[in-house]
Amino acid sequence: MSARYFGASVARSEDARLLTGQGLYVDDIEMPGLLHVAFVRSPMAHARIKSIDLASARAMPGVVAAYTMGDFADLAEGPMPPMAPHPLIKEPLTCHPLAQTEVCYVGEAIAMVVAQDRALAESAAMAVMVDLQELPGVADARAALATDSAPVHLGRDSNLLASLHTKFGDVAAAFAAADHSLTESFATHRGGCHAMECRGVVATYDQREDHLSIYTSSQAPFMVRRHLATYLARDEQTIRVAAPDVGGGFGPKATVYPEEFAVALGALKLGQPLKWIEDRQEHFVATNQQRDQFWTLDVAFTKTGKILGLKGHGIHDSGAYAPYGLILPGNALVCFPGPYALQAIDIHLDVALTNLVPTSPVRGASRPNVAFILERIIDKVARYLGLSRDAVRAASFVRASQMPYFTGGVSRDGSRVSYDSGDYQKALDLALEKIGAADFATRQRAALKRGKLLGLGLASCVEDTGIGPFEGASLRITPKGKLVIATGAAAQGQGHATVLAQIAADELAMDMADITVEAGDTGRFPLGLSTVGSRIAVTAGSSVHVAAQKLRSKALHFASLKLEVSADDLELSEGAVQVKGVPGLKIPLADIARALAGTTGVPLPGGMEPDLAATAYFESSGVTFAYGSNACEVEIDAETGDTRVTRYVVVHDCGRMINPMIVEGQIRGGVVHGIGNALFERMLHDEQGQPLTTTYGEYLLPMACEMPNIEIHHLETPSPRNPLGVKGAGEAGTIPAAPCVISAIENALEAQLGKAAPFITHHPVSPLDVVDWLDDAQ
Amino acid sequence: MKAAPFHFHQPTTLTELAGLLATLANAKILAGGQSLMAMLNLRLFNPDHLIDINAIADLATLRHAAGKIEIGAMVRQHVLLQAPLIAQHLPILSQALGHVGHLQTRSRGTIGGSCCHLDPSAELPAMCALLDADFTVNGARGRRIVPARHWFEAPMQAALAEDEFLESISIAPWSSTHGHGFAEYARRHGDYAIVGAGALLEADVDGKIGRAALVLFGCDTAPQRLPQAEAALIGTKVTELDVAMLAAEARAQTMMTDAQVTSAYRARLAGIMIQRAVKQAQGRINKERA
Repeated sequence: MSARYFGASVARSEDARLLTGQGLYVDDIEMPGLLHVAFVRSPMAHARIKSIDLASARAMPGVVAAYTMGDFADLAEGPMPPMAPHPLIKEPLTCHPLAQTEVCYVGEAIAMVVAQDRALAESAAMAVMVDLQELPGVADARAALATDSAPVHLGRDSNLLASLHTKFGDVAAAFAAADHSLTESFATHRGGCHAMECRGVVATYDQREDHLSIYTSSQAPFMVRRHLATYLARDEQTIRVAAPDVGGGFGPKATVYPEEFAVALGALKLGQPLKWIEDRQEHFVATNQQRDQFWTLDVAFTKTGKILGLKGHGIHDSGAYAPYGLILPGNALVCFPGPYALQAIDIHLDVALTNLVPTSPVRGASRPNVAFILERIIDKVARYLGLSRDAVRAASFVRASQMPYFTGGVSRDGSRVSYDSGDYQKALDLALEKIGAADFATRQRAALKRGKLLGLGLASCVEDTGIGPFEGASLRITPKGKLVIATGAAAQGQGHATVLAQIAADELAMDMADITVEAGDTGRFPLGLSTVGSRIAVTAGSSVHVAAQKLRSKALHFASLKLEVSADDLELSEGAVQVKGVPGLKIPLADIARALAGTTGVPLPGGMEPDLAATAYFESSGVTFAYGSNACEVEIDAETGDTRVTRYVVVHDCGRMINPMIVEGQIRGGVVHGIGNALFERMLHDEQGQPLTTTYGEYLLPMACEMPNIEIHHLETPSPRNPLGVKGAGEAGTIPAAPCVISAIENALEAQLGKAAPFITHHPVSPLDVVDWLDDAQ
Repeated sequence: MKAAPFHFHQPTTLTELAGLLATLANAKILAGGQSLMAMLNLRLFNPDHLIDINAIADLATLRHAAGKIEIGAMVRQHVLLQAPLIAQHLPILSQALGHVGHLQTRSRGTIGGSCCHLDPSAELPAMCALLDADFTVNGARGRRIVPARHWFEAPMQAALAEDEFLESISIAPWSSTHGHGFAEYARRHGDYAIVGAGALLEADVDGKIGRAALVLFGCDTAPQRLPQAEAALIGTKVTELDVAMLAAEARAQTMMTDAQVTSAYRARLAGIMIQRAVKQAQGRINKERA
């Protein structure tokens, strides 16, 4: 394989189309007779539905139909199928496409209206009369687990959905052997995904073909098809689900949603195509979020700062339902012990139901929460012992010589967690060097003269990426000699079409311009799972690589038969198979494709299989572990508490990089996301579960003006666990960013307040927090 | 998030506009649309008639006449920020405009729109209060002048009758030797301020304050002038201002509280921002005198 494209910052082949308005997002889909849907949503966090009266809505101008769940009784009934069943959840807890008897969060869909346009549909939705009997709502995961808490669901005696547990080693022995131990409690908070494109669905039913087509802004179109087929008791063959261009996913679009089902049911019922485009107000109340995790942990450590063990427990806010099972809390437990070599851990996590919109992964999926806790604990140990923060990390890291390193933990698939490769200390050393830690004190003194408190933050992380079992790919040479790559892996803007083409182009010695990628469409590839967990480069990337090798062998075999030359003496070059060293003696791939497409009555050479094509499902059985260290500086205005991140350095290792520009884009976006979690984004609810931050005036997304320059340095330790040596990169920017920024804030306050400086145990941190800390200490 | 149906009108003259307002019930005027369009889409307003005044050229004039700067209601924020006339005569307005939204919103947003919408944290109404602007109101019943102290009738409610519109805002510049200062705190660049402050100071030949104006915004539902602090400044030497007294006075004003910001934090910011604004003004006045 030549490396003409692999490793190069090739311009994204998607961009010319997307940047000139030629993208095809769900809302760009038009078809004759298309009608528009608006949902009637619960204004209460918990209520019994006494009655729903659609009569006035049906009489409104432009209204074609209005439905409650009962109207679909001939098509389907009951709650949606669970996406990720788990033995600890005895009864699946998913909502109905439209709620029938009870609503359990503000925003839960109750009825839908179909009209000529969206504005008319919204007017009619406002005319639907829903008689709700308000019930007590539970908004705090800790309160939900109190014995006297109101139930989140009528008829469920406990709000505890499940209790998860992870342990390895002898935690009692680790604590007994330790010189010191400490107990700390943490409150981590993350908001929603806030993709630029909200969700959206178009559904159309072809009665003659008995075929249902769904276009949805999703990370998991194959999951939508699978569960919709189950729900409708239809064969998957009669449903096509496609994710066209998708403007960002970040996790929440990997869930199968009630609106996808409801719009499909409406299209089946009405026999007309329907479109629903989620607006930003709906996104705030009806798209999954991540929100709260509360933790209390004991840490055991030596006087030299080596961490020996962790024990304790956490509470995870699941929201009102568990459409994605226990994936998000489960992930949290898999994240321990991070980049540190510990003797033992023993950690419990209770999953609490609340009357809030369900939670599911948001970029990082619990990894940022656990990184926050681990990094905060490391910083605390350093302060306690009077050691530097990097010294405690150095004493506790898994060392490069220990790779592959078995942490002692067990992965989601039941296998033993083993870190594949890397040098964690090297990443931290490089981050400290690049931020200029050595002369930080000089900068800090200079800042103080300007009345600003300067702080230096550090954080390290490790991230499991590329989880299996597979994303497949098929490659096919067309009669014009072009290559079409088809994969189930849906893209949401990551640049899959570019990187997958880079891999194939090198293997087949083709020009990128001759390659197209078709992705995320059940009509174009038979199987697919989900674009989550930084897994596509590893899974689909490796499948493209393996399929390209197969296709290459097939082309060489054909040419060796035709040219009567050993395949070993053949090579691929510029879209043709040629005899090595004899450029004139060649057969274009187009000719091979045409020959293998067959001619009636003419046998294929040498009994070859038809079609110049190959399919591969690389089995990603060993998880790859990306890692890195970040360092940053924050500047605090001691009067207002205003906190700005002024410098940010990322050192990151995701194995071999297919396209460094795309990796850097992922990292940079991820860091912005993490800075948002550190300083800005908070999804607030009142005690009853009413959301309080439902516009971008109230919910503060970080913007470009608030961002520092983000400086990125790469290490490239190939993963031994896939043929490309790659690891995932989609979430690594986010995971350590919040603890890095918080560490810097604490460092700044410590310089000012000494021992009176707070130990910061929550995020996001607001300027109100900062002035309180400054006031309390003085 | 789509607006409810409404009738759309686009007058091109003031007479036409006055006629529409006199005859249409439940009408709303559309200026730059930077707040109204979102509110329509959120259905916070459901007018039967939307009257777009963007095509009325007479509302978009900016002139210096009879010792006053007269700003048409439809003058864009971006135009004001770029105008040498404003920079020269109303420098505090230029400074404040730099904090109003972003380039994109300023290119549409208008001074009249901002002063009729009256967001409590908006910079432009606060500057009008500080500068004792006169609001020229027009309508089928004729023209009248509303001084700034009467403009803020109720929370987010200007002193306009249903059949009236804001035609222009006229402001008498302070002397060329005055000092101005503006400070605000917002979490993100371009956001409405949590709290902001403006200060104008004029000194006599002896370096004593002869005229002072101070304003806070974002603290309560409308901008707050600080008449006691202003009075206390008169006669003090510019070099010997008691900024601690000003801060105390600022902190003592009425402060709102909301889901994210407490009244105590607003009070703290009010004290800080008034000090910062006054110190800027002090520095500029000294420079002029030197």
